[in-house]
Amino acid sequence: MRQVALTANGVRHELELEPRELLVYVLRERLGLTGTNVGCDTSSCGSCTVLVNGEAVKSCTMLGVQADGLEITTIEGLASNGDLHPVQQAFHDHHALQCGFCTPGMVLAALSLIESGEATDEAAIREGLEGNLCRCTGYHNIVEAVTAAAGVS
Amino acid sequence: MTATETTGTFVGTSVKRKEDASLLRGRGTYVENLTLPGTVFMALVRSPYPHARIKGVNLDAARAAAGVVAAFSGADLAEDWKGGLPCAWPVTEDIKMPPHFPLATDEARFQGDGVAVVIAESRAFAKDAAELVDVDYEPLDSVAGVEKALESGAPLVHEDLGTNECYVWKLESGDIQAAIDAADVVVTRRYFQPRLIPNAIEPRGVLAQVGPTDEVTLWSATQVPHILRFALQLVLGIPESKIRVIAPDVGGGFGSKLNVYAEEALAVALARRLGRPVKWIEERAENYQATIHGRDVVTELTLAAGKDGQITAIKGEMTCAMGAYLQLVTPGIPLLGAWIYSGPYDIPNYSVTFTGVFTNTTPTDAYRGAGRPEATYVLERTMDALARELGMDPVELRRRNFVKEFPHTMASGLTIDSGDYHATLDRLLELLDLDGIRADQAERRGRGDAKQIGVGFSTYNEMCGLAPSRILGAIRYAVGGWDSATVRFQPLGSVQVVTGTSPHGQGHETTWAQIVADQLGVDVDSVEVLHGDTAVSQLGMDTYGSRSLAVGGIALWHASKKIVDKARRIVAHQLEVAEDDLEFADGTFSVKGSPDRSMGIAAAAFQAHAAHNLPDGMEPGMEETAVYDPQNFSWPGGAHAAVVEVDTQTGDTRLLRYVAVDDVGMPVNPEIIDGQVHGGITQGIAAALFEEGAYDDAGNLLTTTMATYLVPSAAELPSYETGRTETAGDNPLGVKGVGETGTIAAAPAVINAVLDALSHLGVTDIQMPATPERVWRAIQEGGAS
Repeated sequence: MRQVALTANGVRHELELEPRELLVYVLRERLGLTGTNVGCDTSSCGSCTVLVNGEAVKSCTMLGVQADGLEITTIEGLASNGDLHPVQQAFHDHHALQCGFCTPGMVLAALSLIESGEATDEAAIREGLEGNLCRCTGYHNIVEAVTAAAGVS
Repeated sequence: MTATETTGTFVGTSVKRKEDASLLRGRGTYVENLTLPGTVFMALVRSPYPHARIKGVNLDAARAAAGVVAAFSGADLAEDWKGGLPCAWPVTEDIKMPPHFPLATDEARFQGDGVAVVIAESRAFAKDAAELVDVDYEPLDSVAGVEKALESGAPLVHEDLGTNECYVWKLESGDIQAAIDAADVVVTRRYFQPRLIPNAIEPRGVLAQVGPTDEVTLWSATQVPHILRFALQLVLGIPESKIRVIAPDVGGGFGSKLNVYAEEALAVALARRLGRPVKWIEERAENYQATIHGRDVVTELTLAAGKDGQITAIKGEMTCAMGAYLQLVTPGIPLLGAWIYSGPYDIPNYSVTFTGVFTNTTPTDAYRGAGRPEATYVLERTMDALARELGMDPVELRRRNFVKEFPHTMASGLTIDSGDYHATLDRLLELLDLDGIRADQAERRGRGDAKQIGVGFSTYNEMCGLAPSRILGAIRYAVGGWDSATVRFQPLGSVQVVTGTSPHGQGHETTWAQIVADQLGVDVDSVEVLHGDTAVSQLGMDTYGSRSLAVGGIALWHASKKIVDKARRIVAHQLEVAEDDLEFADGTFSVKGSPDRSMGIAAAAFQAHAAHNLPDGMEPGMEETAVYDPQNFSWPGGAHAAVVEVDTQTGDTRLLRYVAVDDVGMPVNPEIIDGQVHGGITQGIAAALFEEGAYDDAGNLLTTTMATYLVPSAAELPSYETGRTETAGDNPLGVKGVGETGTIAAAPAVINAVLDALSHLGVTDIQMPATPERVWRAIQEGGAS
């Protein structure tokens, strides 16, 4: 067991973790943040994407103990005072989700892309979301939502 | 078409989805997010061999491992099963239906077949202990290819059957041989449509709780809670009246969750034995072996035509993989295409033969389109081949053969209620700029550009909206195809709708509310849609086969109409006028000629609950149920075109444009329709260019993860251009199905486009998926790959 202190959505947590525990399961099972989903075992689908110190990370590629001292943002941390974050709102406005399972990871990947200034046009957005798979939407409306949220055309 | 007086406010508009509020905040109720006190976790031990005799299962080490609660072999649980996992569609009288229990006992027949199960206090303990189970396997000969499995001397998947042939099913009309003999041109082509792995991004998962008197609650990531409830009685012997199945938020299905799986029965059986809730969440690698696959069909298709391009006959011979066992609808899936091998064309002589074949592979079953993509792919590919043979423009050939008048009874015997195939094609051509594409193509060819472009077409129709119960009975399907809806006013005026459909991304909470709100003249936000829980929705046939709107949506319409009729009787009684003297608009009944005398429908609903002053004999309350059984299938259709750029030096294919024009009847929510079309197209493109569930000859799965099975990302795809034409379906809302159109149309459009790009190089065939290697080889060989 290892002592770990991490911040999730602004709340500091001190945890005793087994070294084997993946960050995604720490979030889901230790902290009850079940908005972060698991869709594969090969870090291919991106459903588990969260922000680690502001950068998009697939939380199945990281051990919980590696998050010691880091700030994690999950989908539960985006809306404030009940209002959707602008990226969430754009997904709603553009019908960019259907079953919703990939959505938390997709929204956080999109947010990271926008905030890093890489969402410059449709091609850049498509390339930037390459690590996040959606089986429902065909990405068309996701790309529209991210384009709108990024304020590019 | 419409039979109410209410003018629609919401139907036809893109109301934003109600579902999003929770899903966007990470508040989805997917099974993996649910736990109960005392839950234990299940892990399966699966056969690593495609075919092996199980000589012994030693569970001692697993049982002794940390955190383990129990472990069982297939033999240990044999007494728990009152029946095998059901197959609901025995397509012929003499179909071979081998027994299929949740765990194998004597032989494992595909890689991934479950042979033992471990229950532990955590998922990690269960998984670790499952690796300690020592199964003594004797590997047996195995076979994976459908044609190889039919060869004499092929290894038998089920030795006691004496054959791998599961069934032969035929449908013929007209004089097929005479038409072929008399034709000016006869084109015969062979196609292989590979396996597709559905890849719902949420893997399957179950959580089962069983009380002391066998009261079962099963949460499952399923498309079919009602069918699952029915099946659990058959497998476990627990009466349906004690079984509650809940499909919470479900993360996509595409047919893969239209099934009854071993793990669902196992979780209930073990929760019953252990007295603790049992949970199982599928891993992706497991999903690739233990969840059904789609397609895996070899087809030989013949079209016969006159010099003028008029097609006189179509003949198809399909050899279809069943996999190792028959799952819920396995044998019937190819047959869902059986009636539409003539597509949107008027072809008088018709013959299709389907041979179902057992192989040592994961069972096949419904995957998006289910039988209809298989039919459309071979037809649309062969239409292009015929056009080349005739020296005719492929668009003109299609136009010349379109069904022109509706209703139209096809040679296959079913009647298409409505459509306008010329209109969809005209609209497609308006959007496409074919002349511009051809000019670009000619220019690139002229200068010998390494990057060539091509355009491919697919005009299709689809038989969906499953399904008229009488027809299902006639084709030996075990149950009906109706669906139900209950609409109830609560005393203070809010409206609850209970639907028998079970959405998993389709947006029923929104679109169903639109339909009911318009019928009742209330606000869409005052309508709450309940679904996916058999304790709430007692009657239902669930969601698949583009049926929910065309069947369940019409049930909603009828139930709403009953509510309005009852409210009208109450208002007439209280205002002391005849029912015929009342007009109903925007939720208010008014006396004709005296608009100041009126009562709102919500007020009538309150009166129905107060029951102080109702017409004699009227029951209190304001709740009505309708069960709707369609008299015909639903018949969407459309015209799609793909424009591709092929790098002739590397074989890499890039989709430049995809244009889709569909007639899905009268739209309820255009934005949701477009979303369905986008997703459907993407799965068709994926089949054409990227995805193949590959086995070696023995039945070892080669594409075992998302790293080797290429589900496309946004980076591989363009944005789509969509358009609609509208002909009203034969129902009160004029709607048609939409969930599968894109998948049905897209694969042949893309492959036809690749072949068009390479036609000047002599390439006439490339097998799906058209990977860079296959394209490059086809170019090198100057012909078929």
